Amino acid sequence: MREVEKIFGSGSTGVHALAGVSLDILDNEFFTLLGPSGCGKTTLLRIIAGFETLTSGRVFLFGEEIEDLPPNKRPVNTVFQQYALFPHMSVTDNIAFGLRRLGYPKSEVDQRVRETLDLVQLGEFASRHPAQLSGGQQQRVALARALAPRPKVLLLDEPLSALDLKLRQAMRVELKSLQEETGITFIFVTHDQEEALTMSDRIAVMSRGEVQQIGTAHDIYDRPRNRFVADFIGETNLLDVTVETVSGTAVACRLKNGKLLDVASAGEAAVGTSGHVSIRPEQLVLTPPRDDALLEGVVDRLIYLGTDNQHLVQLPDGSEIRVRSQAVRHADEAFGPGDKVSLRVNPGAARLLVD
Amino acid sequence: MAGGATGTGGHSVSTAYAALRTWLLAPSWITIAIFMLGPVLLMAIYSVLTKEFRGGVIWEFSLASYDQFFFDRGLFGDEPPKFHWTYLAIYIRSFVQASVATVLCLVIGFPTAYFIATRPASTRMVWLFLVTIPYWVNLLIRTVSMKFLIRDTGPINEWLIAFGVLDTPIKMINTDFAVQLGLFYSYLPFMVLPIYAAVERYDFALSEAAADLYASRWTTLWLVLLPAVKPGIIAGCILVFVPSLGAFLAPDLLGGAKNFMIGSLIEEQFKGAAGNWPFGAACAMVLLTMVLLAVFFYARQQAKVARSGG
Repeated sequence: MREVEKIFGSGSTGVHALAGVSLDILDNEFFTLLGPSGCGKTTLLRIIAGFETLTSGRVFLFGEEIEDLPPNKRPVNTVFQQYALFPHMSVTDNIAFGLRRLGYPKSEVDQRVRETLDLVQLGEFASRHPAQLSGGQQQRVALARALAPRPKVLLLDEPLSALDLKLRQAMRVELKSLQEETGITFIFVTHDQEEALTMSDRIAVMSRGEVQQIGTAHDIYDRPRNRFVADFIGETNLLDVTVETVSGTAVACRLKNGKLLDVASAGEAAVGTSGHVSIRPEQLVLTPPRDDALLEGVVDRLIYLGTDNQHLVQLPDGSEIRVRSQAVRHADEAFGPGDKVSLRVNPGAARLLVD
Repeated sequence: MAGGATGTGGHSVSTAYAALRTWLLAPSWITIAIFMLGPVLLMAIYSVLTKEFRGGVIWEFSLASYDQFFFDRGLFGDEPPKFHWTYLAIYIRSFVQASVATVLCLVIGFPTAYFIATRPASTRMVWLFLVTIPYWVNLLIRTVSMKFLIRDTGPINEWLIAFGVLDTPIKMINTDFAVQLGLFYSYLPFMVLPIYAAVERYDFALSEAAADLYASRWTTLWLVLLPAVKPGIIAGCILVFVPSLGAFLAPDLLGGAKNFMIGSLIEEQFKGAAGNWPFGAACAMVLLTMVLLAVFFYARQQAKVARSGG
């Protein structure tokens, strides 16, 4: 068990890159920092690596304070976004770089380089130079180079962003299994929620230099803590509501059309306050018009997404709701533009966000 | 069929373009041929002609100039040829001086270039401009000013004496040191600019990667930064070394007669009645041959390194 904690003040121009961020990252964990660009996730990673200095706050690694150590004294290695492979060195020399600096004897360096090359399945490319490799291969070399010294923590700064979709998907699986195989703590930075959701043990969603929510993929997707998280992770529909009754975490809210909706609350909700209800598009069901419907509207557009259909439904007040359903064989079952429809929410799927 | 037609179309376009390219490049090729190769060819021819006493040449084949360069035939030129070092010594001194100047420029120029390249983009231009400011002043004027600055009764010596650091002036003028100073000062920007260009293109993530992989600052410099900016360093060294080798202002004005360099030797041959054009041309040809040989061996060795490395 180990602790990493950061409280960080302002950047050079007084912009708060990170404002009072505190996190505990567990041993052997695949931890992801997720957020839009400029949210401070990369800054946080660079602080752990030692490339950025803290304005205030402290960083611990296995109980040891490391914020004053230069990067070359930290048992932490990084996979850089553009890989930053040494262009004048062969794959072998790139991977051996860290080991040689640590003063391992030649025989052990050779053996570890071979092992690491095997781990990332690059054995046959050992003598090539980075320029002679494809993007995906360079990515593996960068990974191997950072893994070879067996760091306690591996930092990955959007390492998949330069790869094409197919390769990216394959690498996700590979990274996750590498992490499980090596038992090294991975701290992974990305703006891609799909990456975060598929690989991470836990995710910290960041925005404007603050951590919005920390939790497992399920926590974050199903139980977003606030509007930002709900909106950023996946797609969601936000409806304005007023809190009607509260009993524990079960809350009844009144929609703008006067209907009542039972929701789960993300925080303390007081009767009479206004807030938003988040409903994922796949938790809504379209039905032919019914009298007892929660919402009704007119289908504006139908978007075919391969596996899914997405209906954009216009409500009487002009706002638009997204509904997602599995695409079925019988296209006639899908509602088309202009159809009047009613909307039903799957039980327990609506969540109140108190801003 | 459609594919074939498109292919032919593309081919004819590129042929037309190639023809056009030849014509557009013609002015450059002609200029290079006439004004760069022409003079070298002229020198090669002059070096094997007979000298005319008031300067100029007589169009009559003779190897006398090369003979004079390598062999001593006594005061009246009637003794048997004896190999002598008189002129080669000047060449060796010039190579040493130029090498030292290049190393000095590199030692001072590299940190300068690195400093400038690592400033924020907005202030880099100002720094670059500052480095090049002296070059808006004529080289002759600058060299003469340097002479005044370092002479026995110049400001440097007088201040040092006035502040009690020295009792008697240090002898700086007419020494190798003075020549070095002149060469270094004249050619420093030629070192700074190409290195700056290389460092500016350098991806500093590589330095971070090295530090991340436990390399100290020095190791990072040696193993990562220097190899990455090597082309800039080589360009800078050539740009300083070559003109230093042929420089005549600094050795003449700052070094005095003792510290004669190739440039001065050649200059003398084309100046006034004492000149000897064929001999001057021969001196230039010997220098050119040496430089070409050096470049040739360097290139061959590089090719070997590249082959064994790849």
